[in-house]
Amino acid sequence: MSERPLLEVKDLSKAFGGVQAVSRISFALQKGDLLGIIGPNGSGKTTTVNLITGFVKASGGKVLFKGEDITSWAPYRIVRLGIARTFQMVKPFYQLPAFKNMIIPLYSPRVKALAGGKYGDRNAVALDLLEEVGFERDAQVAYKVASVLPQGYLKRLELAKAIALQPEIMILDELFSGLSLAEVASIVPIIEKLLFEGKTIIMIEHRLKELFRIATRVIVLNYGQKIADGSAKEVMESDEVKKAYLGSED
Amino acid sequence: MKKRKERIDRGIKVRSEDIFALTSWREMLYLSAPRLIPAIVFLVLPLVLEPYWQRVLLSVAIFALLAISWDILAQSGMVSLGQALFFGVGAYCSGIMNHYFGISPFFAIPAAAIAGGVICTVLLLPVLRLRGVYFAMVTLIIPLMIERVIEATKIFGGTEGISGLSVIPSKWLELYILMAALLAALFGFRRLMDSDYGLVLKGIKDNDRSVMNAGINIYWFKIEALFIASAVGAFAGAMMTHVYRFVGMPVFALDYSILPIAAVMVGGSGSFAGAVLGAFILVPLSEALRALGGLRIVFYGVFLVIFVVGLPEGIFHFISRKYQQFERWAEVEK
Repeated sequence: MSERPLLEVKDLSKAFGGVQAVSRISFALQKGDLLGIIGPNGSGKTTTVNLITGFVKASGGKVLFKGEDITSWAPYRIVRLGIARTFQMVKPFYQLPAFKNMIIPLYSPRVKALAGGKYGDRNAVALDLLEEVGFERDAQVAYKVASVLPQGYLKRLELAKAIALQPEIMILDELFSGLSLAEVASIVPIIEKLLFEGKTIIMIEHRLKELFRIATRVIVLNYGQKIADGSAKEVMESDEVKKAYLGSED
Repeated sequence: MKKRKERIDRGIKVRSEDIFALTSWREMLYLSAPRLIPAIVFLVLPLVLEPYWQRVLLSVAIFALLAISWDILAQSGMVSLGQALFFGVGAYCSGIMNHYFGISPFFAIPAAAIAGGVICTVLLLPVLRLRGVYFAMVTLIIPLMIERVIEATKIFGGTEGISGLSVIPSKWLELYILMAALLAALFGFRRLMDSDYGLVLKGIKDNDRSVMNAGINIYWFKIEALFIASAVGAFAGAMMTHVYRFVGMPVFALDYSILPIAAVMVGGSGSFAGAVLGAFILVPLSEALRALGGLRIVFYGVFLVIFVVGLPEGIFHFISRKYQQFERWAEVEK
């Protein structure tokens, strides 16, 4: 841990009126980590992500990316630095074919900068990226209008949109929710491949079994506070976590 | 036996989407007709109409431009109730340049389009973060406010307005400048909205968070769309000023806000062609009904209601569907 962390969260807090959604959460992320954030509903997982990505302004604390303070920056500036996220509720552009949905992230100034000012043929890049996340090219799924696609493909589309931005950190908000076992099993290798390519990933997940198989580290939130931090095994053995998930007996 | 309506692409549409389009005149005509017809109509109409209807045509073109301007904003997720703002600011800009500085209309009109675009964009900058009905309310109020400001401070002629402005020397030039502007706006903006840039604008309307999440500064895109739309509206206003040789408080009237919206409703939104078609129907209709006096508004209103209820997609989308597809009743098994 001698290296400077890629992402550092220090005492991050957010209160919505009287509700303390996130209170003094701290963690650091090294390059290549896959951090799982778990916790019961309403424990502040998505709010934490919203704070990191700037969709919600923090009431206290700091977010540092490569040592730079990015707390409460506008979302688009944070994305340009290299932090991309997916949304729990997928909201594709329903009237457009799947591959046209990819045009918007490909139009991003970040992609342009990385490509050295040349966009290339966005449609072709979009089709390639979609094939990577499992849009079968032969079946022409990528040409179908998003409104007719099943949830599994919409989640893949959401993932592909994040990949298109070539981020350093990807934050996947409940990517597996609403998917069948088989669908999850087919997406896991895609995430493993991203890790192998050197991406750093944060996953919010309720599907603990699948998450624990790939996560290098897990933190557990409850009522906006961090109650455990460590490897999947350590976390599951913590009494606090058992209490949070199963309820206390007294 | 139950029946269900089926829509099937016409053979000629399918054929002309492919390389076969180049094999026969029929297919080529099928492809080019939707582009040629409006172009020919716009260019020929001024020649065949009587002087009175030529004046009506001027109005049609001006309202069509305002409707296009409304449609650009609507497609970018900004619903405006204040086209009169763009129209009025453009009209005053051109009038002021001509009256106080003696600038010829040929320079004043394009300059007013740009200046009007800048002024309106700056005026609406603070409310750009508002969405939906809130943005609409603010746009409705601003032109009415400006009207009162002019009345109270008596600037630029106050309630009298500025009259005796220079005209564009020839009636034909006047008509053809407007026709050319209308054609350029119609085809230019259709092309713009079909490009990747347009896709981003439409994305902002659908789901702005998702666009932000792509590292795109949506406010900058909204500002650009707002500038384009207000420059088109300001151009329409500037033209009108030099047609009537007068600019005054009526340029901020509600008519210039409501009629363009009505035109888009009747014609169909999201295509620009619908906006133009709507103006081509509504403006002459309102002229034809002039003889009815006060009842005119009633007929006009009834006509609008019939359209909104009976053909909510708008005439243009109806026609283009008929052009591309045919319908038939197919039997459905019980």
